[in-house]
Order: sequence, then C-alpha cells, then structure tokens
Amino acid sequence: MWLSTNAAAGAIAGQFLSVFPNSDSMQLMRPLSICETDSSSAPGKIRLVYRVVGKGTEEFSHLSEHDSVVIIGPNGNGFFAPVKEKIGPDTRALLIGGGIGIPPMVELAKQLKCSVVTVAGYRSRNDMFLTKELEREGELVIATDDGSFGHLGTVTDAIEQNDIDADIIFACGPKPMLKAVAALSQKRGIPAYISMEERMACGIGACLSCVTPSSDIDDHSKVKNKRVCVDGPVFPASEVRL
Amino acid sequence: MIDMSVNIAQVVLKNPVMTASGTFGSGVEYSEFVDLNKLGAVVTKGVSLTPWPGNPTPRIAETYGGMLNAIGLQNPGIDTFIERDLRFLSDFDTVIIVNVCGKTVEEYVEVVERLADTNADMLEINVSCPNVKEGAIAFGQDPQALAHITREIRKKARQPVIMKLSPNVSDIALMAKVCEDNGADAVSLINTITGMKIDVKRRTFVLANKTGGLSGRAIKPVAVRMVYQAANAVKIPVIGMGGIATAEDALEFIMAGAAAVAVGAANFTDPYTTLKVIDGIGQYMTDNNVTDIKELIGCVWKEEFL
Repeated sequence: MWLSTNAAAGAIAGQFLSVFPNSDSMQLMRPLSICETDSSSAPGKIRLVYRVVGKGTEEFSHLSEHDSVVIIGPNGNGFFAPVKEKIGPDTRALLIGGGIGIPPMVELAKQLKCSVVTVAGYRSRNDMFLTKELEREGELVIATDDGSFGHLGTVTDAIEQNDIDADIIFACGPKPMLKAVAALSQKRGIPAYISMEERMACGIGACLSCVTPSSDIDDHSKVKNKRVCVDGPVFPASEVRL
Repeated sequence: MIDMSVNIAQVVLKNPVMTASGTFGSGVEYSEFVDLNKLGAVVTKGVSLTPWPGNPTPRIAETYGGMLNAIGLQNPGIDTFIERDLRFLSDFDTVIIVNVCGKTVEEYVEVVERLADTNADMLEINVSCPNVKEGAIAFGQDPQALAHITREIRKKARQPVIMKLSPNVSDIALMAKVCEDNGADAVSLINTITGMKIDVKRRTFVLANKTGGLSGRAIKPVAVRMVYQAANAVKIPVIGMGGIATAEDALEFIMAGAAAVAVGAANFTDPYTTLKVIDGIGQYMTDNNVTDIKELIGCVWKEEFL
C-alpha cells in the first residue's frame, strides 16, 4: 500500500514504520519496512509491502483509498548509518533479499548511487513480487526454493553459482538466510549489513522487547543486547549473534 | 478551578497519572511525545544492583485486547541508572518513582541504599515480576517473605516505599495488609497476570520464556476488583493500574479506591495516552462539578461519600 505522509521526507532505506491496527482488540503496532518513498509531491508517499500473516496485516489489507491509519516513523537506523566503508560510484553493492525481506531492497537500490546487483529469493515462481521494481534499479538475480524460476536453491547458492563479487553486502530476510549471508561475508571478506526482524511493542527503544544478542556491549543496558528498533534494524553482520 | 493533585505518603503529585514501570523506560524515549512535566509521576523500569540481560526472544506476544511480555527485567544496573537516567529526569518537574528489583533481599536493600541520596522521590519495590527465576514474584506470593522484605527495605529506605503487588495470589487484601503492617507507605497493583500463548501452526510456545505477564485492556476488570479489595483492607494509599487506556478507565480505578493510577501497555498503543487520560479526568471533573479529585477516591464504597 502507498501511504500519503510527511514521514516520507528524509526516510532512509531500511527504516520502518510502526503501523497501528484500528481494532481495539489489537494493542500493538506492526513494524513494516519501507519499500519505496516518493517525495516528488508534498506530503510525500511511502510504500509498504507486507505479507498478510495475522490479524493486523489482515486488517491493513482491507484498507482502501482515503482510509487513514496511525503510524509512527520513520523508525530505526536504516541501511546507511552503520556502514563504515565509503560507498562511491565504483562500489559494487550486492543486495540480498529473502521473501518478505525483499521490500526494503527496492528503496535501497534507489538510494544507492553505485552499481547494484540484487539477489532475491522466493519460495516459487508464484510467490514472486517486486521483480519489476528491482530490475528497474539494477541487475536482478532470482533464486527459488523449488527451482520454478531462476536458480534452484537459496540466495547464497545463486551468488556462488553466478560467482557474484561485491565490495559490500546488504541483506534482509529470514534468520537462516541471514546466517548464510554472514558466513559468506566472512568467507569472502566482504562487509555485510543485515536488517533484523524481532517482535516489538513500543518501536522507540523503551520496552526492550526486540533485542538481539550482540558481540559488544549495548549502550542502553550495558549487556550484550542491542535493540532492533533503535540500534538497528540494520547491523554489521559481524556484530550480532544470529 | 479543579484540584487534581494527590498526596502519596507526603509526596504531592500534580495529578494522579503515572507511568507503569517497564512500559516507559526512564522517559527518555517517550519524552519525544510526552511533556514529562505534565505527568503526576514517572515510574522508571525496574533497576537492579548489576546489569541484567533479561530473557531470550521472543519476549512479547499480542493477545486479544492485551499482550504478554517476558522481558525478564533487562536493565543497566544501578550505577548507570543513577548517572544517566536519574540525571535525565532531574530536568523535569515531575515526581520520580524508581522501581527496584533484585534476586535477594540484600540486593534490593543495596539498591535502595544507593538511591538514598539521589533525586528519586519514592521507591516502588518490585516483588511481583512473573518473568524472572529468582527474586521478584517469589517475595510477592508468600506473606512471610513479603513481610520480611518490606521490613528490611523500610529500615534502610530514605524515601517512601511503595510495594508493587502481584495479582497472582489468592488473597490480595492479605498481601496489601502485610505490606502496611510492615511499614510500607503505599502499595501499587496490579503487576501482570501470568499467562501463556501457543503457536498452533508451529506447535511451540510463542514466548521463549513459555509464560509471560498479561497486560493491556483485557486485564482491567481484574485489576479494578483487586484495587477495590486492597483499598478496603489498608489505610495507606493504593496506586491502581492494569489496562488503563482512557480517562474513564482511570476513573474506575480511582472510584474503586486508588489514590493514583498508572498507564502501562497503553503507552505502546498510543504514546500520548498519559496526557489524554490527564485531560480526560480534568474534563470529567469540570463536567460533573468535582472541584477536588480526592472526592472521587473510593467514592463508590467509602462511607464518607455514601
């Protein structure tokens, strides 16, 4: 869905919106990653692409034009804040998205001013989405679990088989995929930045629901638990324990 | 003019609305939404002697009209808390209530002693968190253990002591009375109700901790009933909480006998809830010609009102 909101101005790829269901039976917001922004008009627009997995996303799927929904955001650090390397016009960026982790790659590909290859993993041909948008922003390689389209296997299989090289990796997807990306990053010596998902309540750093174990001490609690909502959702792959 | 101020153990709150511990951090994050100067009090998230890492994730699950949490009292420990969080709060004109947790009586007492010379106005003692293996609720479910910890803390505390009670007991009036008899200056209730959620698709517990504390709108009637029972049993002030999302909810607690109320899970649903509740109580008083909020405390049962 596209939301007309002034939160679009300055939104960074990899950030998310807290979207609140209207029903009183649901008390918690749904954190949805920003798929695309459009600031060509005021207020701008933000596109959210999500999978209907429960009552909240089910409710969102019934919203129609001119309906309104309460949001807080943009939240989180986005893909660029944690990056230590310089990204120049010659940088080769490899974007890896798995399933419902694919949407933020569209805005990332748009905001990156360098060469972009995106590897997107889907269950099967019938589950593919956002391929047109990704093709528009760079080279797109597709992997499917059942081989019904593109490469048979995982996104990392597709990267190995295609011998794709890169200077920097950005990834978002299910945990097993992120683990494989972190392993690939270490093996090839390519820095990787991964976007994490965790159940959230407040989305602003207060409730400590969405922590992820980290390799170094976090600023908030001085333990090794980073808050996905404000310290992330994007972390250097080497700094989180998956 | 209406008077919304309330008095809890000689500490005056400009209005009866506080934040419930654990739902508001130390106010740093929510201060982007809420002018903390407008709150009756900020109740901070539980703090222990040393940093606690808390439980594995998933730590929360939504339920019908509520949520389960099993954060496990993750916190930075008293040193960081005093240097950072209490310093942050010193810039605001609000009452600061520090929630204290520990694994042993000695740990609680040490945290309480460390807070003696700080800007903490009151202490809320967490003897009711259902999500940690040691301490907390272990002290809140056994009258003798509750008597002992209340007494030990009262001996060392420089500030008024509020004991935060668990609803996971068979006789809430008895627990409130035990606190009063052992020197507590107030009690607050309810903490969360122990619950569980199963993911039937995956055939697993939803929470890594298996059980969690239920909060949110779903628990309000239970909380109102328990506040009524506690307020009937003791003379010390009772602070009511459990599912407050609107001024009407808050007024239910006040009329049941609460001298003040706290907004918890509703902060997540709408970060402006505390302010809306304060405004709504004021509106109710204006509309109903109530000049002093104290006229409403326990008004459905206290003889002086009937």
